[in-house]
Amino acid sequence: MNRLTTDICGIQMKNPVMVASGTFGFGKEYAELIDLNLLGAIVTKGTSLVQWDGNPPERICETPAGMLNAIGLQNDGVDSLINDKIPWLQSAAADTPVIVNVVGKTLDEYAEVARRLDGVPGVAGLEINISCPNVKHGGIAFGTDPSMCAEVVRAVRKATSLPLIPKLSPNVTDITAMARICVDCGADALSLINTLLGTAIDIKTRKFRLANITGGLSGPAVKPVALRMVWQVASAVDVPVIGMGGIMNADDALEFLLAGASAVQVGTANFVNPQSAIEIAQGIDDYLVTCGVEHVDEIIGTVQS
Amino acid sequence: MSSSVRQTKCRILQHECDGNFRRLVFEAPEIAALARPGQFVHLLCGGTHDPLLRRPLSIYRAEADQVAVLYEIRGRGTALLAEKKPGDLVDVIGPLGTGFTLPDSPTQQIVLVGGGIGAPPLSFLASTIAKSFGCERLTTMIGAQTAEKHICADEFRGLSVDDNACLLATDDGSCGHSGLVTDILRERLKSESLISPMIYACGPTPMLKAVALIAKEYHLKCQVSLEAKMACGVGACMGCVIKVHNGGGCKYVRVCHEGPVFDAEEVVWDE
Ligand SMILES: Cc1cc2nc3c(=O)[nH]c(=O)nc-3n(C[C@H](O)[C@H](O)[C@H](O)COP(=O)(O)OP(=O)(O)OC[C@H]3O[C@@H](n4cnc5c(N)ncnc54)[C@H](O)[C@@H]3O)c2cc1C
Ligand SMILES: Cc1cc2nc3c(=O)[nH]c(=O)nc-3n(C[C@H](O)[C@H](O)[C@H](O)COP(=O)(O)O)c2cc1C
Ligand code: FES
Repeated sequence: MNRLTTDICGIQMKNPVMVASGTFGFGKEYAELIDLNLLGAIVTKGTSLVQWDGNPPERICETPAGMLNAIGLQNDGVDSLINDKIPWLQSAAADTPVIVNVVGKTLDEYAEVARRLDGVPGVAGLEINISCPNVKHGGIAFGTDPSMCAEVVRAVRKATSLPLIPKLSPNVTDITAMARICVDCGADALSLINTLLGTAIDIKTRKFRLANITGGLSGPAVKPVALRMVWQVASAVDVPVIGMGGIMNADDALEFLLAGASAVQVGTANFVNPQSAIEIAQGIDDYLVTCGVEHVDEIIGTVQS
Repeated sequence: MSSSVRQTKCRILQHECDGNFRRLVFEAPEIAALARPGQFVHLLCGGTHDPLLRRPLSIYRAEADQVAVLYEIRGRGTALLAEKKPGDLVDVIGPLGTGFTLPDSPTQQIVLVGGGIGAPPLSFLASTIAKSFGCERLTTMIGAQTAEKHICADEFRGLSVDDNACLLATDDGSCGHSGLVTDILRERLKSESLISPMIYACGPTPMLKAVALIAKEYHLKCQVSLEAKMACGVGACMGCVIKVHNGGGCKYVRVCHEGPVFDAEEVVWDE
């Protein structure tokens, strides 16, 4: 029996370890390095209605045990996703569900991307990026303002019958309030956390290291914050929670599962070791065997205070 | 586009020290077979959470079952890499990126213009060109801060038909021309000792920009190898972009995937 099978709002996965949006391209970039069919799910790079240019360089900067990014959601738009990227994934990674990360600058854009993806073969669900801190006129406002957050989730809900997974921003005072709003507006599951807003300065040149000045922090540095938020949200809502933020190995992933996440995503770790997600799934399985647990479901949210 | 790439834990065969430079040779038969001049490998220097990311280094040699890189200790990543010893393993992804396009005609003159730590990929290119076309039409011009920092000079000399085919420059005049390597290029074109050469350049951005301007002035084909901070190295994160011309406008392309080698006229230099 497979101890790792996971069902997130109808999305059937062979294990609870997915690759996070923006860190895995559209799968193709890693196809020669790992077996895509061993992943729980692939979450695509944020996809908008039309092509977006993204931010000027420098876009990334390494920081202690982490990195800042201000990519600005450069992507080719939803048509290219539907015509090229999804069909490619369907043939190359037939066993792995694909969740499309949706971005927009207006409510209509979000809704229109969702509408176009509705019924597209090979799309298992939508992750709504209401939290990207990089685009001046986009993400941030939706994810940090309760009424905007409600509006965007409602608009997308109306536009699609696909499983709907808003991805929460950590850059808020009370993440559980945002989580409840999303669930009230029709979310089937929640993803968290997106990156934490930060910056870095080069003391030699006395300039900001990122052209955008601020960027999103990810990697091991954010893990304690992410884990706390996942635990809070999982305790506050009844829908499945997908946890992420600084997961580098199976031990990290297990902490998130114990905190209440039904599945996890691996982001920055892919850059360090493309095998990370596969090794983490294996490591979770090993842990279950060692502990004599029959199915991963049995450990979710079982942390004791 | 890179046709194929591998991730392997490679055994270190040699790790030699030359001042602040290190020559690292590791066993990687598959990478060696696939590698083309101008491509790079993405190395895990420490394997710790801090520094976290891999470091890109140009492929300096790829022969039989061995790959070599030549690097300068710049910060914590390269300092950690420098601690590794023969027999240790190093986690390598490669070969990555789009390398140099070799000249299509063996009769064309070829000039390689390098600066500082830009020399290693040009050395690989020079030996590849020598194998396919011979050295008769090959000229190399390499600049460095000082004589000690001329890391591949002997190899370039070995691949030149005479002293005129291998020209060095130093900022401090301690060897060769005192000044910029681009002065030599300009002088050679002006005096017509070089006629319509194909230019290959790798080095600091100001040097590349200067080479690109000369190429434009003389209507020469010129390929430049650029650097950028990288995270994934495989084209997935969109972190390493530079701006290129695109029809009437511009767009951002990835140094790790569409590059690191670009046509000089494609690159938007002014910024
Ligand atoms: C395609 C490519 C090929 C390269 N080939 C070589 C090579 O053959 N030999 C060699 O010595 N170096 C090469 N470099 C540069 C090398 O990657 C950096 O020197 C290295 O990443 C620095 O890491 P660090 O941790 O030691 O320094 P850090 O502490 O990260 O930084 C020290 C200094 O190096 C600069 N730096 C950091 N990362 C890069 C980078 N990716 N590109 C340029 N500058 C950087 C920083 O701005 C800083 O000034 C190459 C870079 C690229 C993109
Ligand atoms: C380079 C980069 C690009 C990202 N792009 C996106 C994106 O397009 N959409 C999104 O929802 N999250 C994006 N993220 C956030 C990640 O999906 C993830 O939420 C975050 O990095 C925390 O996980 P990690 O610490 O494991 O990386 C990006 C992160 C990085 C590092
Ligand atoms: S380093 Fe990730 S796209 Fe180039």
